[in-house]
Amino acid sequence: MKEIAILGYQQSDSRSDAGAVNEVEMIMPVLERTFAQVGINNAQDVDFVCSGSCDYLQGAAFAFVAGVDALGAVPPIKESHVEMDAAWALHESMLKIRMGHADSALIYGFGKSSPGELPIVLSQQLDPYYLAPLWVDTISLAAMQARMMLDQGLITERDMAEVVSRSRRNAMNNPHAQLSGDVSVDDVLAQDTYVSPLRKGDCCPVSDGASAVVIATVEKAKEWGVPYALISGISHAIETHNMGMRDITDSVSTRIAAERAGMNAGKVDVAQLYAPFSHQEIILTRALGLGDETSINPSGGVLAGNLMMASGLSNIGEVFNRIVSGEAERGIAHATSGPCLQHNLVTVLETAEKA
Amino acid sequence: MSQPEILNQAFELGYTYTRSTGPVVGRFLTGLKNRKLVGIKASDGRVIVPPMEYDPDTAEELSEFVDVGEQGEIVTFAWVKEPREAHPMNEPFAWAMIKLDGADVPMIHCVAAKSEGHVTSGARVRAVWADETIGFMTDIRCFELV
Repeated sequence: MKEIAILGYQQSDSRSDAGAVNEVEMIMPVLERTFAQVGINNAQDVDFVCSGSCDYLQGAAFAFVAGVDALGAVPPIKESHVEMDAAWALHESMLKIRMGHADSALIYGFGKSSPGELPIVLSQQLDPYYLAPLWVDTISLAAMQARMMLDQGLITERDMAEVVSRSRRNAMNNPHAQLSGDVSVDDVLAQDTYVSPLRKGDCCPVSDGASAVVIATVEKAKEWGVPYALISGISHAIETHNMGMRDITDSVSTRIAAERAGMNAGKVDVAQLYAPFSHQEIILTRALGLGDETSINPSGGVLAGNLMMASGLSNIGEVFNRIVSGEAERGIAHATSGPCLQHNLVTVLETAEKA
Repeated sequence: MSQPEILNQAFELGYTYTRSTGPVVGRFLTGLKNRKLVGIKASDGRVIVPPMEYDPDTAEELSEFVDVGEQGEIVTFAWVKEPREAHPMNEPFAWAMIKLDGADVPMIHCVAAKSEGHVTSGARVRAVWADETIGFMTDIRCFELV
């Protein structure tokens, strides 16, 4: 089986409101920078393109097709799309390469969440008969999850505030972050509750933006002559849509995905975890058995800026950045979808420098 | 540079078809219309409310219906201080996972209460029916503390 490498990653700033900038205008600068990083001219220079976005954010069917305008798809290109975070578009692209149908792929994800009321828009991903008609929002679902953990003594509000404080401080080194600053645990705890027991700080912000990644076979990466990291494993798993039948204090599907992706075959220097709510980072860290030797969310994670349909892809890119910089040798990137961590994808990345 | 003017146009989404809810979801929704709550037995015997068509663990097709009570217990809850426009209540309220009497799996619905301090995990609640029931999830207007 051909080894696959990641050799480029760029992200836009995470902005609370991109104003009149449309999706194509959000994507194009990110693609330009990605092409320059890898040393290619445009989408014609890769064998396959796959994107991730959500029509519900734009409120129109097939809205994602407009995103293709950012590529310049003439002459025709091989192109696909997932109505999921673009981390799953990267998964599809890897399958395309492994089947021998491509040697290189461009993946991009984008989301302009600001025009709608995101927590309510996301209520429409729930069971269409039993939950969607109630308009139960994502923040309230996460708040019920957090309360269950607090009631069972699995976490404290201070544990949650520590996650927020570390995110804000880590994000000070992330030029694209939306929320960053020298925020202490006590600063977070001093906030009033929002959707109780959650404080605003426990919840990811609503963000607009895009990110892009280029992957290729190792042969192709060497031909292009740019630094790269190896993608040694990728897998995803999903739990039932009935939240009452899940153990929402754990993330069984994340653990299964990590095992299948081969996470446990070596040490994990860095982990980028897609935790839209502070307590969910604790769930994920525990589900994966990560300890002090692992740097968790050095970018600040999605508490510092949550690009719907792109932040999962960005997590893969953030781990790639730290491997090619020599900061880490091996790491994992996580992406999630659905309410309260229903569906999870884990990617394992490793340095190409090892003998 | 000033922001360009953003053009707006009202749009009403409508569908030109209806669809059947089938023998499981349909049975539950018909039950609501008659102010009755019904669950279904999972492969391992647990009673799921509202009923599911297939067991999430075994994928077995489920068909054994069980009547459950209209009272139950709060498993966990979220307190909404500022209800959103789409929410089913205009005053501060709780979303809760509620395990009905006779059920093993909690369901999600809203709970009316005076303040957050009145709601606790473990509290007993009772379904409040809408004035007119039509076979929708919203036939249960909310739950109230017993």
